[in-house]
Amino acid sequence: MKRFAVAVGALALGLAALPALAADIEISGSFLRPPVVDGGNGAAFFTITNHGPADRLIAAAAPAARAVELHTHLRDGDVMRMRKVDSIAVPEQGRVELKPGGDHVMLFGLDPAAVVPGARLPLTLTFEQAGAIQIEVPVATLPGPISKPGAHGDQ
Amino acid sequence: MINNTVKAAGLVAALAIALILVVALSPGLSERIGQGVALVASSPFEGGFALTDQTGKPVNDRDYRGRFMLVFFGYTFCPDVCPTTLTVLAGALDRLDPATAAKIVPIFVTLDPERDTPAVMRQYVSAFSPAIVGLTGSSDDIAKVKKNYRVYSVKVEGSAPDLYTIDHSALLYLIGPDGRFRATLDPGHSAEGLALALTRSVQ
Repeated sequence: MKRFAVAVGALALGLAALPALAADIEISGSFLRPPVVDGGNGAAFFTITNHGPADRLIAAAAPAARAVELHTHLRDGDVMRMRKVDSIAVPEQGRVELKPGGDHVMLFGLDPAAVVPGARLPLTLTFEQAGAIQIEVPVATLPGPISKPGAHGDQ
Repeated sequence: MINNTVKAAGLVAALAIALILVVALSPGLSERIGQGVALVASSPFEGGFALTDQTGKPVNDRDYRGRFMLVFFGYTFCPDVCPTTLTVLAGALDRLDPATAAKIVPIFVTLDPERDTPAVMRQYVSAFSPAIVGLTGSSDDIAKVKKNYRVYSVKVEGSAPDLYTIDHSALLYLIGPDGRFRATLDPGHSAEGLALALTRSVQ
């Protein structure tokens, strides 16, 4: 059962590899860590690749969430502090990875019907230069991936 | 003269025995000893708690004596750190040999007792591993446990009153079969690494 769940998770991540392109910004490898309890919070992770001049992710929106914010994690001794940020900078011709334990799109109060395993959550990302990009984020199977497969290995 | 000395020694001995009996049987004194034990139990180096598990049953740390307790603090609305840690923990438990796993009680204690009722805790911990015990309680109960374990947490207001998040310590606390604090473990990102650390720690 667990193996099956892992296989489904891996399949979902495989589908997530299809990139979303708009202007110079490419979004790839997206996945949503869904809330464990109904109506809880989730986090969306993905890689932003910038083929153009410096840009910034300035907003995210999802109809299935009560509120959406850009977040980062600050490690303060053994305390993890999650904080809202106004933007996430994407350097010219650069790449930024939103990943567990770091930057993420925080989705508050997700509609349980929108985050069933196998679903894809519509998410609009707004960049200062490139404008709005619509993506569909595959909902990962819980327990969610610890890090994206192959990203850093199992350190 | 000698007789008197023997009599006096006998009297002193009898008085001493009587005093020992009085001391041992005195409810007042045993209560004081009891308080002394209780004081030790509430020091930061003891893993004491009195909470409610995910089935609604009242439990305390003494219920788990004889096994190691692996205690983690968090909240069910936590989007990243808690699920990551519990995923690593569940993976580590899967990798332990059954004899080692049987020595460990993994326990998740909520820092958000307002939202995390026993029913919510049941839904939460069962998503990760059937072995994990989920504990909640009143705000006072949770405050006591936080103090015992020296856990830091603070509520961070969100865009609506119920959209708050919680900053919190993200370590695992290992408590020995005697109820005494043994070590803190950084769960890291590797189930294999945590399984190895746990196997070494509970030998």
